[in-house]
Amino acid sequence: MADTEKIIEIQVLRYRPEQDKEPVLQSFKVPFTDDMSVLQGLQYIKDFLDGTLSFRWSCRMAICGSCGMMVDGKPKLSCKTFLREYYPQGLRVDALAHLPIERDLMVSVEDFVTKLESIKPYIIPKEPRTLEQGEYLQTPQQRDMYEQFSSCINCMLCYAACPQYGLNPSFTGPGILALMHRYNADSRDGGQAERNELGYADEGYWGCTAVGYCSEVCPKGVDPANAINQNKMASAINYFTRFITPGGAEK
Amino acid sequence: MKRSNEPIFWSLFGAGGMLAALIGPALVFITGIAVPFGLIFKPDTMSYAHMLAFSQNWLGKIFVLAVIALFLWHAAHRIHIVLHDFGVHAVTLVRVLCYGGAFVGTVIAAYTLLKL
Repeated sequence: MADTEKIIEIQVLRYRPEQDKEPVLQSFKVPFTDDMSVLQGLQYIKDFLDGTLSFRWSCRMAICGSCGMMVDGKPKLSCKTFLREYYPQGLRVDALAHLPIERDLMVSVEDFVTKLESIKPYIIPKEPRTLEQGEYLQTPQQRDMYEQFSSCINCMLCYAACPQYGLNPSFTGPGILALMHRYNADSRDGGQAERNELGYADEGYWGCTAVGYCSEVCPKGVDPANAINQNKMASAINYFTRFITPGGAEK
Repeated sequence: MKRSNEPIFWSLFGAGGMLAALIGPALVFITGIAVPFGLIFKPDTMSYAHMLAFSQNWLGKIFVLAVIALFLWHAAHRIHIVLHDFGVHAVTLVRVLCYGGAFVGTVIAAYTLLKL
């Protein structure tokens, strides 16, 4: 039996740099069924109501991290958020907070990508091994130390959630600090000293004031607040012991 | 990147928070409820003579100083970062008032305890 067609109002924050001085709200009436995501609602608008609406998406299944946006003021993946949750009152969709809008719902990822590159987000081997020596072995316990932090899909929802990043964009931010921890906590990795120069700075772990909203909004169950807190402890221990540990002062 | 000096304040904050969580409610109960209402403890438990004797013992001095100073540093840091979260950007002034207050409180407490 077919659903009786329901109509929901979607307000979208538009910004077309060639015609809008500043972002403006535009309202659309979208017919929907209970299985339709917010992303599908936007696709309906683009296909049938206004082809100029711009937004990023790719996988439709919460793995690519492209479709992050503010849905009724909360950072969400639009593919993982359903229109039925906002019926009958309707919903408002904005570009991710704290990030510069390029066009409509698309934000600039430049700052995020630059910072991501700066933390060396790859394993820097503790000791180089030849092919003959085989792979780097790791126990399940060693893997557990970093596994949840490796689930990050770079969707930047935590950046839209973080008040510190909103106040001061020089703060490295939750997602990238969690990824830094992902590599630092990997038993095969030896790059901690290189990465912690940033981690131990005000722009690193210490820019966080433990609000914790980042961990709440993460669609992949990563807990950046926890990663940062663990590293604050390690950073504080290093701060006080660096002069009595061999080679500690240079770190 | 310049190494942050935040660990100093964060460690005092953490120590104060830990101490507050561990003994704060017990202290409120003993000093604010149990003793004044004559529950559990003898009515003169917190008499001047008893408290003076407590503060003249070195372990007592350390305990009183730890409770006063670490609670102050904890509160100072908490107020500082909450103001920051709410967008109060007079950073230097806020820091001086918060941490300066905790510092002055610590010095006064230490000086007073040493004189007893």
